[in-house]
Amino acid sequence: MSRTVVRPITPTSLQDPTMSLPSRKPLSSKDENKTSEDFGELSRAVSETSEVYHRRWWARWRPDQQWEAYLFLLPSFAGFLIFVALPVVAALALSFVRWNLLSPPTFVGTANYAQLLTHDPIFRKALWNTAYFTVTIVPLQLVFGLALAVALNRAIRGVMLYRLIYFMPVVTTIVAVALVFQWMFNRNFGLFSAMIWRLAELTDLPISPPDWLSSTSWAKPAVVILTLWKNTGFTMVIYLAGLQAVPQELYDAAKVDGANAWQRFRRITVPMISPTTFFLLVIQMIGAFQLFSEPYVMTRTQSGPLQATLTIVYYIYQNAFEFGRMGKASAMAWVLFTLIFAFTFIQTRLQRRWVHYEAGE
Amino acid sequence: MALAVGGSSVGEDTFDSKATAKPSPGFPLERIRRPTSLARHLALHAILIAGSVVMLLPFAWMLSTSLKEPREIFTYPPVWIPSRIAWENYATTVSVMPFGRFYFNSFVVATSVTLLQILTSSLAAFAFARLRFRGRNALFLLYLATLMIPFQVTMIPNFVLMRFLGWYDSYQALILPTAFSALSTFLLRQYFLGIPMDLDEAARMDGASSLRIWWQIIMPLSGPAIAALAVFTFLASWNDFLWPLVITTSLEMRTLPVGISAFQGQYNVQWHLLMAGSVIAMLPVLVIYVIGQKWVVRGVTLTGMGGR
Repeated sequence: MSRTVVRPITPTSLQDPTMSLPSRKPLSSKDENKTSEDFGELSRAVSETSEVYHRRWWARWRPDQQWEAYLFLLPSFAGFLIFVALPVVAALALSFVRWNLLSPPTFVGTANYAQLLTHDPIFRKALWNTAYFTVTIVPLQLVFGLALAVALNRAIRGVMLYRLIYFMPVVTTIVAVALVFQWMFNRNFGLFSAMIWRLAELTDLPISPPDWLSSTSWAKPAVVILTLWKNTGFTMVIYLAGLQAVPQELYDAAKVDGANAWQRFRRITVPMISPTTFFLLVIQMIGAFQLFSEPYVMTRTQSGPLQATLTIVYYIYQNAFEFGRMGKASAMAWVLFTLIFAFTFIQTRLQRRWVHYEAGE
Repeated sequence: MALAVGGSSVGEDTFDSKATAKPSPGFPLERIRRPTSLARHLALHAILIAGSVVMLLPFAWMLSTSLKEPREIFTYPPVWIPSRIAWENYATTVSVMPFGRFYFNSFVVATSVTLLQILTSSLAAFAFARLRFRGRNALFLLYLATLMIPFQVTMIPNFVLMRFLGWYDSYQALILPTAFSALSTFLLRQYFLGIPMDLDEAARMDGASSLRIWWQIIMPLSGPAIAALAVFTFLASWNDFLWPLVITTSLEMRTLPVGISAFQGQYNVQWHLLMAGSVIAMLPVLVIYVIGQKWVVRGVTLTGMGGR
């Protein structure tokens, strides 16, 4: 259409004559597809809403709202700029310096990253521990949460009381709870140890409780147990909401066709709630990557193997606020950010293979 | 009452497939599904009760220890009911650690953060949802992008900034960096979008300003969303640990979680006192939860971020 108009031939206009917007970059079609797929939902949500407005009463230009809108945004945006946007950039800058807050910072290039990735066995340990916590906590929490949700998604006596109890740990203060669990995991007089002694007495088996929080092999499971106890109720409630949305007709039809309870669960419930599973998977993975309070409170005062429960965030905390290595801690924070971003991205790519979205949605 | 709802529907009808309650459209959360046989029903209860015991055990253990004399703590087998209820543990705990001050700090911080977050987020959400301006979509995408940033990345520069401003160990430092939330803005925007635009237009025809529309129309109509968001923000701030830990140093400025952590450091093996401290720390949240369960659950699930 615009080809009749004489205009200078630019690479853009050569590639795609219909593109008259100057801001449009000459992306290869492959790249463009990728972006639009990955952020498909996002951009769809944004464009849908703007379409609605155009159709409604916004066909008219409203210059009076321009500055008003900026004023409405100002408090929030200023806060953002100062406490989120600039700090993110500052953290990146800090990751290239060595700085203990007292003497002036010195530029060290990528030395912080190089040291982390090649010369720091403790960081590698923290990475390993974080990975351990993620691959144990996330699947277990999904399984327990779903089992509880299925059990409590029916009319049984006291269902509300059960829900109240199972959700209770979610609202508690993690520091106080971790303290209680530290005491429960006490080697000699803790509740868990007492139970194991009791079991040994009853069965005559040669078993004895481990020194949970001082043991390299038992400190991690102790943290996992605390986390499961604390967060399974949350998973349950989210799954309950997901289960409520599954149409009863599907179960009725399957029953008519003779499907047993397990088949109905496996073939109807699991695929129908896969969007909920995906949501929980992503946010719990992000949460597991950021584990800090639990290991900090449970194992800090223990004489035992601190590094057995050292997570990435714990190590960031130590470097910044105990060892005075602001640069190294910032580099680690950026590594954490990259990891979270990468794994979230991978999850969103993989979801197409297993997450079932209804056509109508 | 909640109990009666669950119980009566089982008791009244026999286990007849025709009696299966229809899902009531207004309350999808309460849709009824019926166990098939009595044996299964009992087995289910057995499992659920066992699970409940596991969930409640730490609370019971905490309460029991907090009321024991020291000599009864280190015993095997453990004593559940102390031979003498040692109420004085609580008096000792409160006298050796300024728990009143911790409460006050936590309350000031959590309340301020909640009010500021709702104020700034609702103003921004109003602009994003109800006003038209250049760069709206770009700015909104920017907000969404910041949702990905973990707090740990911004923590160190914020710490440096607070020291630079001379705010280290102050209320400003505890409150301001957490008083702005992209998540709250996003959630409120979604809610605001569901309110009919005709309301704004009618108000504008009557000469109402945007500020007035925000305060007198949109905010009152968003009561449930704002209440849920407030619960969530308050709880998250109340339970927050890492930022208060790094940004405060004096005992007077510690919030409840950091105060308990300091208490733990000083009274390492005095479990009767530590458990009394834990009870003191947990009690208000638990009471609020039991009273306002519906709102707490709604708040936590609305934002989907858990109590972390």
